Amino acid sequence: MTDIADQKADSATTTAIGQSVRRKEDGRLLTGTTNWTDNIQLPGTLHMQIVRSPFAHAKITRIDLAPALAMPGVVAAFSAAELGDDNAKVLCVWPVVDDIVMPEFPSLAVGEVRHVGDCVAVVLATDRYLAADAVEAIEVDYEPLPAVVDMEAALADGADLVHESAGTNHCYTKHYVCGDYEKAVAASDVVVKRRFVNQRLIPSPMETRAVVASPMGTSGELTIWSATQIPHVLRVVMALSTGIPENKLRVIAPDVGGGFGGKLQFYREEILATVIANRLGRPVKWSESRSENMVAMHHGRDQIQFIEMAATREGKILGMKVELLANMGAYLQLLTPGIPVLGQFMFNGIYKMDAYDWKSTGVFTTTTPTDAYRGAGRPEATFAVERMLDELAVELDIEPMELRKRNWIQHEEFPYTTVAGLTYDSGNYEAATARAMELFDYDALRTEQAARRAAGDPVQLGIGISTFTEMCGLAPSRTLSALKYAAGGWEHCTIRILPTGKVELVTGTSPHGQGHATAWSQIASDSLGIPVDDIEVIFGDTRHAPYGMDTYGSRSLAVGGVAILHAAEAAVAKARVIAGHMLEASPDDLEFVDGSFRIKGDPDSAKTIQSVAWEAFTSHDLPDGTDPNLFGSSTVDPGVFSYPHGTHLSAVEVDTETGMPKIRSYVAVDDVGVQINPMIVEGQIHGGITQGIAQALWEGAFYDENGNLITASLADYLLPTAPDVPLYVTDRTVTPSTTHPLGTKGVGEAGAIASTPAVMNGIIDALRHLGVKDVLMPATPQTVWRAIQAASASPAAAASATGGAS
Amino acid sequence: MARIDVNVDGVQRSDEVEPRLLLVHWLRDKIGLVGTPMGCDTSNCGACTVLLDGHSVKSCSVLAVQVDGSEITTIQGLANGDWHPVQTAFKECHGLQCGYCTPGMVLAAVDLLSENPDPTDTEIREGLEGNICRCTGYQNIVKSVAHAAGLMKSAQSDQQDSGQKELAK
Repeated sequence: MTDIADQKADSATTTAIGQSVRRKEDGRLLTGTTNWTDNIQLPGTLHMQIVRSPFAHAKITRIDLAPALAMPGVVAAFSAAELGDDNAKVLCVWPVVDDIVMPEFPSLAVGEVRHVGDCVAVVLATDRYLAADAVEAIEVDYEPLPAVVDMEAALADGADLVHESAGTNHCYTKHYVCGDYEKAVAASDVVVKRRFVNQRLIPSPMETRAVVASPMGTSGELTIWSATQIPHVLRVVMALSTGIPENKLRVIAPDVGGGFGGKLQFYREEILATVIANRLGRPVKWSESRSENMVAMHHGRDQIQFIEMAATREGKILGMKVELLANMGAYLQLLTPGIPVLGQFMFNGIYKMDAYDWKSTGVFTTTTPTDAYRGAGRPEATFAVERMLDELAVELDIEPMELRKRNWIQHEEFPYTTVAGLTYDSGNYEAATARAMELFDYDALRTEQAARRAAGDPVQLGIGISTFTEMCGLAPSRTLSALKYAAGGWEHCTIRILPTGKVELVTGTSPHGQGHATAWSQIASDSLGIPVDDIEVIFGDTRHAPYGMDTYGSRSLAVGGVAILHAAEAAVAKARVIAGHMLEASPDDLEFVDGSFRIKGDPDSAKTIQSVAWEAFTSHDLPDGTDPNLFGSSTVDPGVFSYPHGTHLSAVEVDTETGMPKIRSYVAVDDVGVQINPMIVEGQIHGGITQGIAQALWEGAFYDENGNLITASLADYLLPTAPDVPLYVTDRTVTPSTTHPLGTKGVGEAGAIASTPAVMNGIIDALRHLGVKDVLMPATPQTVWRAIQAASASPAAAASATGGAS
Repeated sequence: MARIDVNVDGVQRSDEVEPRLLLVHWLRDKIGLVGTPMGCDTSNCGACTVLLDGHSVKSCSVLAVQVDGSEITTIQGLANGDWHPVQTAFKECHGLQCGYCTPGMVLAAVDLLSENPDPTDTEIREGLEGNICRCTGYQNIVKSVAHAAGLMKSAQSDQQDSGQKELAK
């Protein structure tokens, strides 16, 4: 039998890491043999539809379920009253300060609705269409209350309140002081002050949310399939919220069609499907329409930023002050208050300075709750600091790239502890920037810009710079504890080498497009000397992969990748002992090469790891003290964050007569350390850049004064399509992480973090000579045109019309 | 209820459907062809694209009753033994990540290439304007479609070569 295993070893490759291995996932996805949550059709399923509030804020004065219950196919309907104790609460696990205001967040509204899309009642019917009919028949009377839409107005004395019982719209203020900012100001020659708006966005994965909850008869077990990024976290919070014993809950994230943070959540719809399935003893399915998704999946960003930067005339940055108003929306979801806190350490970016004063204030409004969206807190920080560098450059009349070079951490200074207290392990900003400027032809574009300016060309050219870093790989558990996050940031992997030499790699990460099945196989393949195709990656099911902290914050490789490596090493270590016994040699005298154990100096004596797995399985002749079977596992809690960086440059043409901006070229040189699969890295960067550009140019979730979301469909909320986006010229520099055993860094969010300021700086650079100091996002032609008009009318008006005040 | 007779992925099917039933729901809920996903309710995203008598349509914007007497190809019926060159090219060029838009993107690309076998990158981008992808930033999708065009061209010339050889015999 060992022959079978020996054959497999022949095709082993020991250099899978670094190869653009084509993805294992693609076969199913390209042939439609997929398992999206909405595909699941269990016998007896009831389809749930939700009555959602049409008002931003209102008292519920009457709910009548009877007309719906009389309709064909309708089996049940519930409002908060009928659900009673089953109306479990959505939990927030990140109370960022001790005196935070945390209003109750019941799944179905109790007496009052607080945003358009708030859940009021549900109906359950035997068919998707019948449920849709019945939901229209439920009668609800509302008594409108004042909407609270504007954050600054919400904090004013006498403001209308989102939560009357809280007595305030102020959720929390967190203050973080490093060094003495006032001293920095006193020592400075210039202080630049700006107000930026980082607008609200809607994550918009192509697969909307969906959940199926299925009770297993009298056993009390309940299986939940959900289009989620976090099956493991979801099981814990579902148990805590509903009181269903955790060991009776099984959560499965089947194929998940994108997340971008939007599925990093514990949603009321998940609770409702679960408790109602439990109560009725039948499977309950809820599939979200896109219209619902726009108002009821959490939103992202939405900060007003007051930023100051103090510097010398020679261009040395001395200090930075940050005051944020962060829109929480109507309720606190899982991580809502913590999203701005993920930016707490990052507004200083890659720059050296002596003082840093950061403050964030969370504000309740009658809008959809906010939470993580690709980058979560770090894009907001990067946007602010990279915009400020350009503003300071103008103030000091120093070329903006030159100003950055004078202030960034030099490559020989790593590891470097920043003013905000993080220690960046590695980086080479000079190398990434030099490569980007070369690919971009920076000097030629500057020359062209000057010529167009001199000629008064109606189409002006701007150059946008973003020299960014970010903190990812969430996260060291002790750091999370210090930040008052309720859970840890560890990750787990178990590797089982089966009797026939095939491998099961069980990971706690939960991919939804990132290609973990392929990349994780590559990592394990190199350590085990077993071909990539012989490794099956198992994830996304709390029963099959019981330990995990899931996928978000560019953590899967940065944290989970270490667990894979260590699990593989543990399996090899066990195999070494057995191989030594098989070869009648000391394990210490063996070398492990290309998947085989050999006695050093005797290459003919060899046992493949597959043959060792068979030996471990039969257990006929194992060394004393060795358990049967061949496996290894590891749980890793990272000591530090991961700090990818890069330089993104955009050349933006702006038609000054129409306000139309057009990206003419875009160069991104990223440094994500060692790349496991460069093809996948490239794909992550393309997608991230596109989402960041979309924030700059197209996307924005906006409410009218009555709290109606006026961008509530894909016809109004502009996701870019293929002709909208430019060709990206990309390259990588490789500065291995010194804190990750594989030298890798996170990559999932980098592009989205870098690209927004790269584009906005380009647009403003094109218009700077016209007096434009800021342009609101998204920079639609009309917004740009208005900024130009306001600037030409009067320089003072320009500031107020664009949101920027100097 | 209305009776429809439709050929779906090479299989002749008859069914009684409600007049309001969308084609995408008929495919997914009634005949179990769940390979075609649904991504929006305003016909903006194109995830549900199928071929109706050889041309791409968004199956959320077609009623099941409208396809009576027609031939439909979904992503599940595109491979004819071997993968379609567009499927091969998407894998080769990493033209997908989460894969949710992929069925629609692939079928829209098949239609695009049947009308324009040798498109420029700009023509590919414009031809796929009705399909949204949130993951890839489109660059590798454009690359995939261009690569597929090349594969189809070389397959065609191989066929012509062998045809000429047959004639020569």
